[in-house]
Parts: sequence; C-alpha cells; structure tokens
Amino acid sequence: MHITVKLFATFRNGRFKVAQQEHPDGTDCRKIVLELGLTEEEIGIILVNSRHATLDHLLQDGDTLALFPLVGGG
Amino acid sequence: MDKILRVNMTDLTTKLETVPTEWAGLGGRGLTSTIVAAEVPADCHPLGPNNKLVFAPGLLTGTAAANSGRLSAGAKSPLTGGIKESNAGGTAAQMLARLGIKALIIEGLPKADKWYNLHVNKDGVTIQEETELLGKGNFAVIEDLEARLGKKTGVLTIGPAGELKMTAANISVKDPDSKIRSHGRGGLGAVMGSKKIKYISIDDAGAPGIKIADPEKFKVAARTFAKALLDHPVSGEGLPTYGTNVLVNILNEAGGLPTRNFTVGQFEAHDKISGETMHDTIVARGGKPKHGCHAGCIIQCSQVYNDKDGKYVTSGFEYETIWGLGADCCIDNLDDIARADNLMDDIGIDSIETAVMFGVAMEAGILPFGDSKEMLRLLTEEIGKGTPLGRILGGGAGSVGKAYGVTRVPVVKNQGIPAYDPRSVKGIGITYATSTMGADHTSGYTIATNILNVGGYVDPLKKDGQVELSRNLQIATAAVDSTGMCIFIAFPALDIPECLPALIDMINARFGINLTGDDVTNLGKHILKVEHQFNIEAGFTNKHDRLPEFFKTEPVAPHNAVWDFTDAEIDEFWNF
Repeated sequence: MHITVKLFATFRNGRFKVAQQEHPDGTDCRKIVLELGLTEEEIGIILVNSRHATLDHLLQDGDTLALFPLVGGG
Repeated sequence: MDKILRVNMTDLTTKLETVPTEWAGLGGRGLTSTIVAAEVPADCHPLGPNNKLVFAPGLLTGTAAANSGRLSAGAKSPLTGGIKESNAGGTAAQMLARLGIKALIIEGLPKADKWYNLHVNKDGVTIQEETELLGKGNFAVIEDLEARLGKKTGVLTIGPAGELKMTAANISVKDPDSKIRSHGRGGLGAVMGSKKIKYISIDDAGAPGIKIADPEKFKVAARTFAKALLDHPVSGEGLPTYGTNVLVNILNEAGGLPTRNFTVGQFEAHDKISGETMHDTIVARGGKPKHGCHAGCIIQCSQVYNDKDGKYVTSGFEYETIWGLGADCCIDNLDDIARADNLMDDIGIDSIETAVMFGVAMEAGILPFGDSKEMLRLLTEEIGKGTPLGRILGGGAGSVGKAYGVTRVPVVKNQGIPAYDPRSVKGIGITYATSTMGADHTSGYTIATNILNVGGYVDPLKKDGQVELSRNLQIATAAVDSTGMCIFIAFPALDIPECLPALIDMINARFGINLTGDDVTNLGKHILKVEHQFNIEAGFTNKHDRLPEFFKTEPVAPHNAVWDFTDAEIDEFWNF
C-alpha cells in the first residue's frame, strides 16, 4: 500500500520532509518509525490524515503519516 | 523594603507608599488585577481620568530563578472594555524588582495639552514634560534614551499608535539587546497615551536588590526548576531551536491553522513560513536562532532574523505574528512578514490584533489576500500616520469588521482570536470564550494537551473534557502569571513532577512562607474571580462568553468541524 510520510523539526535532519513509501498491508506506525531509525521515545506526536494516532495504529492505503518530536510554542 | 510608586497625572504629583498587607503576597497579574479591581470603577471610560495603568513585576522577578523576568501591565482595556493584564519580557521588570518596586500605579489625566515622561530610580519617580520624542517610533525612543541616559537604562514606551490612542496599541519594553518586547494585547498603549506619557525610563543604580529569606533552600529549588526546563523536550530543545513558530507545521497538519480569515484550517504555503524554514533561513543569513527576551531566560525561544544581505530585520519574531500575516492573510513571504513585525514594533501596535485585523481587512476588500506590499504600505502610511483609514485599522479586527460590514470577524469581547481554530481545537475555543481577557490563547493554553501531547491528551475535535481542561489551565496560568515566570514553564510543569513543587519552594524561600500547591491553585481561582467580577461590573454577562456566530454555521476544512458547544456547557466553566 502507498503511504505518504511527512517529517518535522529535528526528524528532518539527515532524512527528508516528505516521502512516498510502499508498505505491506497491516503496517502500523511503529514499523515506519523504526524503519526511519527513530525510537519510540523520540516520538512526540503522530498524526494520520490530520488526526492524532498511536504507534499501534494500522495504516491504510493512501494514508498520510506525520511525525513530530515533542514541540510547543505559543 | 517593597513599595508602591503612585503617579497622579492630574496634579502631576508622585507618592511613595508602603505595600498594604493584603497586597503583600501578590505580584504580576495577581497584583495588577487586584489593584485595577480595587481602584478602577468598572464602568469608567478606559481612556478617561478614572482608569489606572499598573505595572508589577512578578513574585520571583529579580531573583536568580530561571525565566522569572516578566512584567505585568494592567488596566481597564480600551479594546475589550474589561479588565486586562498583559505581560512581557525585557529588562524593566527585573530593574523595578531590584528597586523594591512592587507596583507602579499611574492615575488621572493631565489638564494641559502637554506630554510627559516618567523617570524611575532608587529615590522614586519623577514627572517631566516631554517634547523631543513625540511622534517618534519606539526604536528611535530607545536609541535616544540610551544616548541621553546610558545603555543600561530601562525603557517602557509607546509609539505613534499609543499616542493616537488606537485600541490595538501596545506598550513596548526594551529587551537585553535594545530591541523590543511588548505588552501586546488589549490596547494598553492607548491607556498610556491617554495619560500623555510617551515613555518611562528606569535607572536601577544603587538599587537595594532582592532579599531571599532562605538562600540555601532557594538555590536548591532553583536548580531543580532550571533542570526541569532544560530536560523537557519542548522547553529544552524545540523552542530554542525553532522558536514558537515550530507550531505552523503542526497546526497545519492537525487542520487547526486558521487560514484566509478563518475560512480553512490549512495553508498551502505553510512550509515557506514554518519554524523549520525560518531556522534554516536565520542560520544561513548569520542571524541568531536562539535569543532570550530577558536576562536569566534559559529557554531562549526568541531569535534575530536578518535579511538576505545579513542585515537585522526583526527579533522576537513569534508564531502568532507569522501565522496571522502568513496563513490568515495568505502571505507566503517570510521576509515581508519580518518587515511587518519590525514596523509593528516601531509603530507600537499589537502584532496579533493587527494580523487578525488584516485578515478581516482583506475580506473587506481593503487589500487583496496575500498582498504583502500593500500591507506594509498600510502599516507605514495609514496606521503609522494616523490617517482616518489608519485609525480604523488601528482599532483592530472588530473595528474594521464594523466599519466595513464584515460578518466573519474572529473576535471575543472585541479582541482578535489568535492562531488556533476553535472549531478544530475545541479546548482553546473554551479559553477564548471564557477568558476574562477576551480571546487569549495564553490564558489557558489547551493546545498543549489538545495538539502537543503535553500534560496528557484530550481529543481536539471532541467536546469531552475541554471545559475542565481550559478551567484547570486558566487557574494555573493566573497563578503562574503572578510569579513573573514565562508561561512556557508550563510545558515542563505539566509533565515533570519536580517542576511545580520547585517553583513553589522558590516562592517560599524568597518570602519565608509556606505556600502549598493548594494555596497556589486557590490564588489562581481568586485572581480569575476578581477579574470576572470586574467584567460583570463593567457590563459583561455570560452572553459575552461566546464565540462569533460564524464558527457555529461555517464548517472548517479539513475536518469540517463546527463550534458545537451549548451555552450551558460553556457556562459550566465558571462553576468553581
């Protein structure tokens, strides 16, 4: 299945901003996180199609996954 | 000994007073709101003789506590018609605290058509007539005062917008680099202008300094507190690297970035104005990605932004301003937004109110969406010069909406709604609706929990738990705003268990008292109730705790969310 992966803030360092990726059915967010060389602890916010999700969330064909470290501001 | 400085502009007299017992345990917002509620008739005209302008450093300001250098300014707001506290960094708060000044209260209006300045030093405060700097921008005022009085001089000043009593006018505070931080919201610059005070200069030579009741206990607590700030990923890494503007991309991704005057929740050109792009641009041009708004700030979320030739354009370049001129006005050019930020600092006008105003002005057809060149012209030629159009624009979003018959006007209690769409981030909608300050994201920052996974998680698109979340955060914020602390200490305070007790320990060690967590919560509740009561006496009812109609009737993409709280659900907020 086809997944759009977006990375933000420090996650972009040495990686990318946006990538189109192919993954087998049944792939969850955790698998993509680990494949990127990120650890579970580093992940602050996961958004799938603009909705908050967890590492266990199973992705569907055509989903957009956005990954952020913990960030904040005002 | 702590003292109150009182300035009467009607008879041009000044007084040094001892601190009344009931004010002794208060600082910052707790003190400004208490004084305004006690001494300002709620039904007075904010620009008339009965309003008072109060400045107060926080309880910990002037000590070695990290991030404690904020100054509160309070008055009846000419923008909202209710009570107002607005706090800012800069150097003035710590200077006033070291001088032992718990509050500076300015009352009355001059009889003569003359302008004045105030000078504060170890002997008190003096009033002098001012002629030279009238009509000048804030940067010129600071430059002139440093030349006249020395580099170390503290400055609180208004620009042309304040002199012209525009309701979006702010009060500027000199920062450690002789640039500007602002008491931005609520038109406090117009109150200072009404009292015909162009600036207040501060000299803290020979100041008695701060006495700590239990220095050893203070040192231990201060260390624990600073460690918590540095350990938390938001205050320790995200904010210093990307500034507050790191939020553009995440709010865009979450569908809560108000765009094109609050008609959509995502901005196509978000990456061009994002914190990530801003960071890379600053580094490439030799600017500073990290900068503190006051001495002792260890978060350093501010920055210095240069143009492509490496020349200074602006500093303290915040998410709110960049969102407002960027997404809300559809301007995708960070350099033009930076120029506008600098102009707003110089003119002395709130960059949130003005950005929201431009979104409404674009909808009104005064200028096209995305037209940054015309925006810069309107700032310089109309607002800066106080033309009739400039005065309408300088009155903020509500003023333009009324003058031009616009129905989509994002304000609560006439104050512009900041950078988070309340339909798709519902907790912040409760804060906008119920805040005693008018629409104000900082008074109960539910974005932390709705979007950023700080202090837990409450689904931004559902109503469940939002009223309680906003209430708890507004209570905590009222207390934090009284300490002189930067509100960003809330990020570690929500997640790191040692942080808040260390803050309370510092207050206890400073004053030799024994506050508990409950005392602090009760202080927050008390402040909110005092402010709410002032607003009720000023004529506000629960019907003013509402969002504009269009949020209920216009779904916002991408979630097609509407504002769906009932009146009764919102009114539950005050049930404490």
